[in-house]
Amino acid sequence: MAHHDHDHGSELSETQRRVRALETILTEKGYVDPAALDVLIETYETKVGPHNGARVVAKAWVDPEFRAWLFADGGAAITSLGYVGRQGENVVALENTPDVHNMVVCTLCSCYPWPVLGLPPVWYKSAPYRSRAVSDPRGVLRDFGVELPEDTEIRVWDSTAELRYLVVPVRPEGTEGWSEDDLAALVTRDSMIGTGLAARPEQVAA
Amino acid sequence: MNGVHDMGGMHGFGPVEPEPDEPVFHADWERRAFALTLAMGGTGQWTIDASRFAREDWAPPEYLGRTYYEMWLAGLERLLAERGLVSGDEVEAGRPLHPARPLDRVVDAPAAMRMVRSGGPSNREAPRPAAFATGDRVRTRNLNPPTHTRLPRYVRGKVGTVVLVHGAHVFPDVNAHGGGEDPQWLYTVRFAGRDLWGPDSDPTVSVSFDAFEPYLEAA
Repeated sequence: MAHHDHDHGSELSETQRRVRALETILTEKGYVDPAALDVLIETYETKVGPHNGARVVAKAWVDPEFRAWLFADGGAAITSLGYVGRQGENVVALENTPDVHNMVVCTLCSCYPWPVLGLPPVWYKSAPYRSRAVSDPRGVLRDFGVELPEDTEIRVWDSTAELRYLVVPVRPEGTEGWSEDDLAALVTRDSMIGTGLAARPEQVAA
Repeated sequence: MNGVHDMGGMHGFGPVEPEPDEPVFHADWERRAFALTLAMGGTGQWTIDASRFAREDWAPPEYLGRTYYEMWLAGLERLLAERGLVSGDEVEAGRPLHPARPLDRVVDAPAAMRMVRSGGPSNREAPRPAAFATGDRVRTRNLNPPTHTRLPRYVRGKVGTVVLVHGAHVFPDVNAHGGGEDPQWLYTVRFAGRDLWGPDSDPTVSVSFDAFEPYLEAA
């Protein structure tokens, strides 16, 4: 899809004008309550995001019981931490290991686990990712600067229904004894999609 | 439909370009288009499957020429027009020109909060026993409906293995077009990459998709 945006310049673009027109019409006709729009925008812009998923992963790294539950029934385990809701009704957690690397895509659109990762980034919804993730996942990983050993098994998950996938990356070496809070800071969004790895301790050192 | 939205395996789109420190929205109109789409979806005037079809049912140049939220906007305008809620002349005028049709439901702030928190699970009671079990070999049917489907082209007519069984879910192919929920068993089916992409492709790769039972037959 196109990459151009329309927020430059002072004149209203055709797109801006149409959105404004729709909001006016929908509000005046009583179809939309402006207070509801505020709730929706505030939720997805400020409250829900990959910091939620990072808590899930960090807990899975330190708590073997939670980890087992997460891979047996991802939805229930994640709900227990309060990360529940729209576009996350059925979450399957995928375990990355030194031998197996999981990567998630939605070739048809943009399906993404909102309660744990927030709204998807532009690249996830873009034609380059959607076209190549299933046919050339190693090439896509290289676009992200990630080079896996050539014998690592790569499992790509195309989320074509209402299941949502959360990748649990490998816990970085050198983090023995770390707290959940400190570990969560290593869990990047991309590592939970499978286009990245968790950050190493030296990458987040202040 | 065999639209350009069904992108798996296509060539020529170039490299993936991640944006460092990407904001959630890139312009204020994206925020508004996003929220308007969710709020109108909550009125129950259409299903999530119908809204997906409204976004994908475009000629390739139109689809590819729009950014993601421009596509959402186009889909919303189409759904509103199809249901007689907002017509094209109103969007052009920028104000209502025709009387409102009363809706059964309008999303207020508490309802928006409920939408966010509970979502809209697609799980349904199974109408019949599952035809397949984990470990079964299955072949995807060669189906090419001009209507909504979640069976991508690149997996059609391929043999794979059932790796997960998820119970019954609303069947988008029927639900998108007003045919009701028609719950169907849902499976995750995994294919060897070479069975999809040929002998020259990476032998370490496998690809799975989430398959409704009508997409599958025993292999």
